[in-house]
Amino acid sequence: MAENKQSAVSDAHKKIKAAFEAFDYKSNNTVDVREIGTIIYSLGCFPTQKDLHDFIAEVEEDRAGFIHISKFLPAMTKVLLENRFPPIPEERLFQAFEVLDKEKKGYLEREELSNYMTKEGEPFTQVEMDEMMAALTIDEKAHISYKDLFGLLTS
Amino acid sequence: MGCGASVATNTQGRRVETDELVKSPSPALTMKAAVLIQRWYRRYMARLEMRRRYTWNIFQSIEYAREQDQLQLSSFFTFMLDNFTQLNGNGPDLISQLLDPVVDPWLDRETCYSLIPVPETYTGPRLSFPLSVADTNALLSAFKEQQTLHAKYVLQLLYETKKLLKQMPNIIHLSTSYTKEITICGDLHGRFDDLLLIFYKNGLPSAETPYVFNGDFVDRGKKSTEVVILLFAYLLLYPDYMHLNRGNHEDHIMNLRYGFTKEVMQKYKTHGREILQLFQDIFSLLPIATVIDGKILIVHGGISDQTDLDFLSCIERYKVKSALRFPRCSLEQVDIGHSCREAKRMRSTDSLPSSSQSNSKNQRTPSQRKRRCGLSQHDRAASSSSSSSSSSSSLRSPRTPSCLSSHPCPTSPSMPDAGNILQVPFLDSLSSVPLPSAPQREREWRQLFPLLKIVDILWSDPKPQEGCSPNTFRGGGCYFGPDVTQRLLLRHGLQLLIRSHECKQEGYELCHGGQVITIFSASNYYEEGSNRGAYIKLGRELVPRFYQYQVSRTTRKLTLTQRVRAAEGSALRALKEKLFAHRSELMAGFQQYDRNNTGSMSVSEWAQVMESVLRLDLPWRTLRPHLTRLAPDGGVDYPSCFQDMGPGSHLSQVTPNLAETLFRYRTDIEIIFNIIDKDHSGLISIEEFRHTWRLFSAHLGVNIDDRAINDLARSIDFNKDGSIDFTEFLEAFRVVHKLDNKDQQLNGKMDGEKYS
Repeated sequence: MAENKQSAVSDAHKKIKAAFEAFDYKSNNTVDVREIGTIIYSLGCFPTQKDLHDFIAEVEEDRAGFIHISKFLPAMTKVLLENRFPPIPEERLFQAFEVLDKEKKGYLEREELSNYMTKEGEPFTQVEMDEMMAALTIDEKAHISYKDLFGLLTS
Repeated sequence: MGCGASVATNTQGRRVETDELVKSPSPALTMKAAVLIQRWYRRYMARLEMRRRYTWNIFQSIEYAREQDQLQLSSFFTFMLDNFTQLNGNGPDLISQLLDPVVDPWLDRETCYSLIPVPETYTGPRLSFPLSVADTNALLSAFKEQQTLHAKYVLQLLYETKKLLKQMPNIIHLSTSYTKEITICGDLHGRFDDLLLIFYKNGLPSAETPYVFNGDFVDRGKKSTEVVILLFAYLLLYPDYMHLNRGNHEDHIMNLRYGFTKEVMQKYKTHGREILQLFQDIFSLLPIATVIDGKILIVHGGISDQTDLDFLSCIERYKVKSALRFPRCSLEQVDIGHSCREAKRMRSTDSLPSSSQSNSKNQRTPSQRKRRCGLSQHDRAASSSSSSSSSSSSLRSPRTPSCLSSHPCPTSPSMPDAGNILQVPFLDSLSSVPLPSAPQREREWRQLFPLLKIVDILWSDPKPQEGCSPNTFRGGGCYFGPDVTQRLLLRHGLQLLIRSHECKQEGYELCHGGQVITIFSASNYYEEGSNRGAYIKLGRELVPRFYQYQVSRTTRKLTLTQRVRAAEGSALRALKEKLFAHRSELMAGFQQYDRNNTGSMSVSEWAQVMESVLRLDLPWRTLRPHLTRLAPDGGVDYPSCFQDMGPGSHLSQVTPNLAETLFRYRTDIEIIFNIIDKDHSGLISIEEFRHTWRLFSAHLGVNIDDRAINDLARSIDFNKDGSIDFTEFLEAFRVVHKLDNKDQQLNGKMDGEKYS
């Protein structure tokens, strides 16, 4: 049992280090705090923005704008082993779209989606919104089939 | 979050007004739904970003690995030169002609091109010298329409360019006081579309729009000839407003491997060799640096802690034909063949004395210094596995780290005194330069030293850590740190170093606290959508402004996802081909962990083998799902690494060992065949094939017995007429990806061309 735990920890360490290194541009074992979200998502976790803020508060170097591997590694290992930000089943994503599609049209208007994403929940920045729009093929009527969006996000 | 709720209420209120029949979910639920979607989206973007990043890593690693392979090829050429007996009487002359041509007096005579007839049917530009704007415009439109300039005009243009360049100093000094703004562009690598885009956005070269092009105009892209001809044409037209720096690809040996030689030979079947010879001279005559207002230094690669601009202005730059071969005269005393074997036995490396020592002393102390090359992970891995029995391992650069660099290395007490011999690192082996007399030693050293200074300028890369170390990744030049930059700028009263040489995502990048700018002008360098290109505009205030662009080959704009997928697919294909080419080594490594032959191992073990055999610094664990399947027990099914690939066509006589070697060195072999095939018929004789192959494998230290070669030769000679169609031969050793659909197959083919 102890061996399993040991190998789980060492596996977690390897994964975390690899992800961290991809963003350690200066090769000095630090990453910019703004990349932490990307790193954590890429490790398979599903934090909310609040989760991220809390995590960053734990590991950031005195609000200096960067995070050192020595703090990140133990904190992130715990997150992985505890499965603290578990993945959300895909069906719930689809249901979320259906919730937003109040008129049950089967699609969302561009305005509609934009409003939801930038004003509700943990709002997108304008940059994020523009990127999402760019990623979708929107037909002339500016209707977004959320089946397509669902397919994109779960691919 | 508080706002969210109230807005939702408003929205909801409106909806209730407009459609009271629809049952609306509660605001809380709406908010939860929104959060969920946002989380998914952010995760999706993060994963896309990761994919993009490791795709980039793959491309860069493979590119650098290829550059190391390049050094092998050059050392093989030297080997051939020194060891060739006869090849139908065409051998040594042929090869030395291409690699080290004596200046052909015929080519220097003005009339050489005037005797070439231009047929009436030729509809391309007919240039008249001295060039006028009409000529450059004619070239622009001709090239846009895929026309080829007639060899006569190419030769004339090159001859005129050579005359002009001979008058130029090593370092060009420019001033912003007479011009509006200077535009500085980086690597173009034969991307004609990017050049056109720059001219379109920024204006054609003129008195109002002066340009500096910072090297690497040729190789890799398909239109190197057009790019370089156009640049030279503008150089002739506006010598005061058009400035070209030499890059590391302005080098005929690099051109042999990276496509420029091939492109010229294909476009100019009759006069290709003469044209290439002129290019060789011209490349060595290109200035190596440009300085603006005495404050901004522009060089292609970078600097070392030994760089001195005053020294650089004095050397005879034209003597440095290629960074990959020493000047001919210094080779006369060198017995490379002997020292190659010597080096392999000794496994030692040495460094060159620093400049101060050589200039002041005549007596050289025979102290040998062990080079501790490379701070990269590569070398650490390499040194620990250097006792591996793989037969071809001795020639891969990281294992016997040696660099062409002027940077001296720290001492180590363990080296034995090898006597009164100067061990000069030359590519991946040692050249023994015997030192019979002091004056001769001085002369030798003086001949070698400028070569190394120029190599530094053309090949170095900046690094974040302080200090200066040999650039083992590339095999030439240095890694220079912010302190080196600082010192150089201070020494010469400069404020900024602009360089190119490295592909950057956004087309440009700052480092060393803003004192170094990398500018790269070939967009989509690795793959469609991989990166932007950029150029700098510099006005009198000397504050750089960056302009970015990206050539788009498709009319339909690709989404980020599509671009990442395309680039990723391409990178993975290239990576898989590397796996295939190293199959037996990898399997040997795998079997060490899987002695019971279960066909599976842990991800860690698998990653370990990949890293140590391929020596590519990549996130193997992340890449695992793309490269192998999982075994039923949850481990990695490592044989599945090779399942989806196969040879281009079937050759029954080929043993796996031979096949793999041929896969790995396919590009090199192609180059060699192209050299031997003087008349561009696509055929070489069986004897030539056998002879070449025997030499090549001897040089590689690969044990391929004669019988296997003979059998192979006979089986390829499909017509039984004593000649081999080497295109067909090479086709057999192209890796085919079995799972590719037709579109991808096409892409794969294009990539193959790109990388060859």
